[in-house]
Amino acid sequence: MSWFSEFGAILAMQGFNGLSVFCVLLLMALGLAIIFGQMGVINMAHGEFLTIGAYTTYLFSSLTTSYAPAFAPYYFFFAIAGAFLIAFCVGYLVEWGLIRHLYRRPLDTLLATWGLSLVMQQAFRSTFGAKEVSATLPDWLMGSVKPSESIDIPINGLFVMGLTVILTGMLALLLYRSQWGLRVRATTQNRIMSGAVGINTRRVDRITFALGCGIAGIAGAAFTTIGSTGPTSGSLYIVDTFLTVVLGGAASLAGTIASAFTIAQTQATAEFFMHGSMAKVLTLSAVVLILMMRPQGLFSIKVRR
Amino acid sequence: MKTIYRNVLGGKAGTLDVLVLAAILFAVFPFALDPFRLSLLGKYLCYAFVAVGLVLCWGYGGILSLGQGVFFGLGGYCMAMYLKLEASDPVSTKIQSTPGIPDFMDWNQITSLPWFWEPFKSLPLTVIAVLLVPALLAFIIGVAMFKRRVKDVYFSIVTQAIALILSVLIIGQQGMTGGVNGITDLKTLHGWDIRSDSAKYILYYASGVLLIAGILFGRFLIASKVGKLLLAMRDKEERVRFSGYDVANFKVFVFVVAALFAAVGGALFTLQVGFMSPSFVGIVPSIEMVIFAAVGGRMSLIGAVYGTLLVNFGKTYFSETFPSLWLYFMGGLFILVVMLFPNGIAGLMDSHVRPWLARRRGARLRNAETPADAPPVDSSLPGTATVRSPSPLAPGEGASTPRVQPAH
Repeated sequence: MSWFSEFGAILAMQGFNGLSVFCVLLLMALGLAIIFGQMGVINMAHGEFLTIGAYTTYLFSSLTTSYAPAFAPYYFFFAIAGAFLIAFCVGYLVEWGLIRHLYRRPLDTLLATWGLSLVMQQAFRSTFGAKEVSATLPDWLMGSVKPSESIDIPINGLFVMGLTVILTGMLALLLYRSQWGLRVRATTQNRIMSGAVGINTRRVDRITFALGCGIAGIAGAAFTTIGSTGPTSGSLYIVDTFLTVVLGGAASLAGTIASAFTIAQTQATAEFFMHGSMAKVLTLSAVVLILMMRPQGLFSIKVRR
Repeated sequence: MKTIYRNVLGGKAGTLDVLVLAAILFAVFPFALDPFRLSLLGKYLCYAFVAVGLVLCWGYGGILSLGQGVFFGLGGYCMAMYLKLEASDPVSTKIQSTPGIPDFMDWNQITSLPWFWEPFKSLPLTVIAVLLVPALLAFIIGVAMFKRRVKDVYFSIVTQAIALILSVLIIGQQGMTGGVNGITDLKTLHGWDIRSDSAKYILYYASGVLLIAGILFGRFLIASKVGKLLLAMRDKEERVRFSGYDVANFKVFVFVVAALFAAVGGALFTLQVGFMSPSFVGIVPSIEMVIFAAVGGRMSLIGAVYGTLLVNFGKTYFSETFPSLWLYFMGGLFILVVMLFPNGIAGLMDSHVRPWLARRRGARLRNAETPADAPPVDSSLPGTATVRSPSPLAPGEGASTPRVQPAH
């Protein structure tokens, strides 16, 4: 019986690890999915928007600890808002200065945004140094919950999970229940007709891009609770994120969630049985194989391009 | 003979371009640069193979592969495995617990040679593997993707994922591949010391000759029907399909050709540099190789060589002098080239330098004419001069070969 409960505990912990990976992956993929789904634009600098969010949180944390220590338990919520705002504004500028000139050349967008990511990485390195930094977490984020003797669930993981659920819910509401969401979905499905019925598709594009970047910023804020931040932290996840979006099927929120879950759980389970790098190889290969058999992704909606 | 002249050498202008490149590579650089810089240049020439392959595959075929490092690395690793086995003969490795296997295997407690290392004991099999392994992988990827009409951005992302997979795999399987450090301490190729200065010169010249041969092959391909179809596919894939062509086969073909170019470059790279490591396989090197082609001009085979040399000299210069500015330079280059000069150096040459040269030549001819009070149509002047100057678009070339795209 004790063997059984131990096995159950391992299973629960392993499942929880998978869920943590799932949350980070989903938070990053959400922003990318609405950008890629609507505009067909590949934003290689998406990981750097995550880093922007993470560094913003770090700034908030160090400002709080040095100027207003009493404020420390609450700063994190303001940091999340700040991360969103800054990433949103940078995204808006990038769309205005770079992306909108390249809409007809998606492959070139890919190269240009890669260049942008290099520039941003170096900018982070010059500003914050090459060493990894980490935000001082408020006390209530530390520690863990123990539902039973052998299960140990960290609170920061739960917090990230809650944030992911709230954010996904808000995005779903925004996309499917608001005027703006209606415009976005119309533009995704048929850009020319949307223009014909009076939707300013250019404006929808710009806001969508900025919003996607802003979500990446929130992902970055969440990221600081489970890891430290370096200039290249964001780019580590970029390929996984792209595979998540492509596997989910472009322009499908449910697909993105499903594929992030699949990839994360596969990786976490594989990591239990073998070396971490082999688990990654196995997961990525599986995704590539699935994409070779089903290029349109798991869930796909009809889109007129 | 005439068709060879026109299709392979690219007429008068094309021949001139090849001769200029050959003169720079074979006459100017070896005498202007010291052996250290020349060996750097030899390294860059290996990257140029990849860039030339990308011009065919991306510029003409419209297929942006972000995984060329995979083929470069596979070619390089095949060559490195042969050299490593030769360098670790039982005599020189007798201090190991298992003599006769590469040193990193010994460090990782591997006691016998893995099966896939066996073919690399023979040079002919190695040369075959250098070409066959990358070509086969490209063929499999190509068939799997293009037959299902995966294209554009999706294809790029999948190739990028493959680059990540291969580099993680190589790093993870340290005992069999040498891990992060790669395969190092390579000494001889079939008994010939590759580390001496004379060997460096010979390998440099060999790379140059092979590169120019590759460019001529690329020109032949572009001038042939396949080249026309590739361009047509890039611009209007559906129409080519409706005309009865199997689009996927042509895409697979050009992707395999690009992979072969990269593999040859990788093998020569190993020979010249003396090691091979996963840092030439992953995502970052693969996408950098694309920028070489983009800077040179994605439609120009020769431009790709100049682009590669320029970016790499820039990289070396900046990382030696201003290491912190290097990424700004590289990132700025990506953005600038894509936004302002999509056709790269070659595009600038065609739109600005060549017309300017033609105008100057026209002006000089007119100046020469006026003092002699010659009539405008003089039978003693070569007829080409009067034909040439009014057509600034095709300078240095008769109107006999109209071309869709500049191919030099």
